[in-house]
Amino acid sequence: MTESSEYCIETLDLNLWYGSFQALKHINARIRRGRITSLIGPSGCGKTTLLRCFNRVNERYGNVRTTGDVRVLGQNLYDPQVSLVELRKAVGLVFQRPNPLPISIYENVVFGLRIHRDRSELKRARLDQAVEEALRSVDLWDSLKDRLRDRATGLQLEQQQKLCIARLLPLKPEVILMDEPCSALDTDATRGVEELMVSLAGRYALVVVTHNMAQARRVSDECIFMLMGELVEHSRTEDLFVNPKDPRTAEYIEGRYG
Amino acid sequence: MRRFLNRWMEHGIETLIRLCGISAVLFVFGIFYFVFREGAGYLFNGLNLKEFFFSIAWHPTSVTHVRYGILALLAGTFSVTVLAMVLAVPFGLGAAIFISEFCNPRVRELLKIVIELLAAIPSVVWGFIGLTIMNSLIIRWFNTPIGLTLLNGGLILALMSVPIIVSIGEDALKAVPDSYREAALAMGATRWQLVYRVLFPAARNGLLAAVLLGVGRAVGETMAVLMATGHSVRIPTSLLDPVRTLTATIAAELGEAPVRSDHYQVLFIIGIVLFTITFCVNLTADLMVRGIRKRQA
Ligand SMILES: Nc1ncnc2c1ncn2[C@@H]1O[C@H](COP(=O)(O)OP(=O)(O)OP(=O)(O)O)[C@@H](O)[C@H]1O
Ligand SMILES: [Mg+2]
Repeated sequence: MTESSEYCIETLDLNLWYGSFQALKHINARIRRGRITSLIGPSGCGKTTLLRCFNRVNERYGNVRTTGDVRVLGQNLYDPQVSLVELRKAVGLVFQRPNPLPISIYENVVFGLRIHRDRSELKRARLDQAVEEALRSVDLWDSLKDRLRDRATGLQLEQQQKLCIARLLPLKPEVILMDEPCSALDTDATRGVEELMVSLAGRYALVVVTHNMAQARRVSDECIFMLMGELVEHSRTEDLFVNPKDPRTAEYIEGRYG
Repeated sequence: MRRFLNRWMEHGIETLIRLCGISAVLFVFGIFYFVFREGAGYLFNGLNLKEFFFSIAWHPTSVTHVRYGILALLAGTFSVTVLAMVLAVPFGLGAAIFISEFCNPRVRELLKIVIELLAAIPSVVWGFIGLTIMNSLIIRWFNTPIGLTLLNGGLILALMSVPIIVSIGEDALKAVPDSYREAALAMGATRWQLVYRVLFPAARNGLLAAVLLGVGRAVGETMAVLMATGHSVRIPTSLLDPVRTLTATIAAELGEAPVRSDHYQVLFIIGIVLFTITFCVNLTADLMVRGIRKRQA
């Protein structure tokens, strides 16, 4: 597998257990570069778990055990030589509830640079430029440029979530993982974040967990349907919604609409 | 009839609970009032405030030259407290960080029990340790004639303040939402970066409150410092000088001062000074803790 492959994430027979409970069963998935892939499925089917596998945040819980391979950008994640720090730089994660850090907006955006780069590289001008670039990409620059020193936790939820996306960008990630990024937001804010996702696609691969079928249809190029820890179907979004191959997929989609 | 009784009971219990609440406030004011009353006569009539605060001469029982200068005692309290904090703050906060962020649950429970045990040791026992073990250790290590010194008192007070700093500090760290930790870790922060870039700013007020409560403990402690510091009135110039604190002075002299004498009243005025210091420290700590709660709500 080379870096220039068409896929940025591949899993091979991935299994995951929380204690004795198997949350992921024989997952074989391939995530394309530069595309938006939705992860859909009923509550508790393992979407969050799979997403969190991709940058190994799952390991915070002590009772997690995995088998199988996850290859990100051609590297096996569980290879002992893989640097978690480097991995997480390349694979950013956006959480369900916006969680900006309790520091200023500016410091939130440059947080990644501060932890990954030497102090000597962090010249003021460079940081300022990174902040402006990142905030422009998420369309926050005009509204926030005069209050960069304010605490980020005081922003509106939509702005907080966009900021959480913006703070990943200065590290030039390959993949951005999003776990139900809009579930804490109202309709207008959701539209804002969806537009942002579409505008980020291409430069980054996005993997988006969502409960909202309409959202999956609107934004994603490909869809993965999961059920009880298994990957049931993975195809282009139109195909999955219009011609589901698996009867379980069809049931789920109809159940939602019917 | 039954309903009437129930209503009456309800009312009675409510009144009782209210009384309990109010009594706490009454006790605080009552204590302050009586301390103040005992000292007030001399405070407004006879005490030379300038000498009181700026003279190092403390000769309360001298026949010819009675002097009430507490500068040396203030210096004693101040130096012992500062020394104790210099030792206790890094240790205490370090332990709090270790317990809340770096150790596994079983070790954590064990450490918390040990810390609680440490907090439960009576101060006279600490004084005893200072008087015997520390004393001989200091004599041996530093080759001095006596080991009852500023250093000894500071060490003992540090050991006594560490448990408070650890437990309040750990609470403050535990109150930091886990989502902040996940955010930082998911971006590739190491655990140390997490501690100083995220947890310190997020728990800043709580950690400061922990330190201030430790200070309050050190300033107010009596028995242990009385036994460990050597009890000589002077402004210390080295760690190996004996000192005397405000609290120790009251404890040692109140029994011998004739009731209502000037000396007796001055000791109460020292009490007011102490009360004021600890009140300010605790109030600041309290306001900070409140600050955290509000931010989290
Ligand atoms: N830390 C954990 N310890 C034990 N079991 C867990 C843990 N996290 C998740 N699980 C279990 O694993 C299964 C999958 O959880 P996961 O959070 O991945 O589902 P999900 O598809 O994201 O659900 P939702 O749509 O509700 O977010 C669930 O049955 C859940 O109870
Ligand atoms: Mg989930």
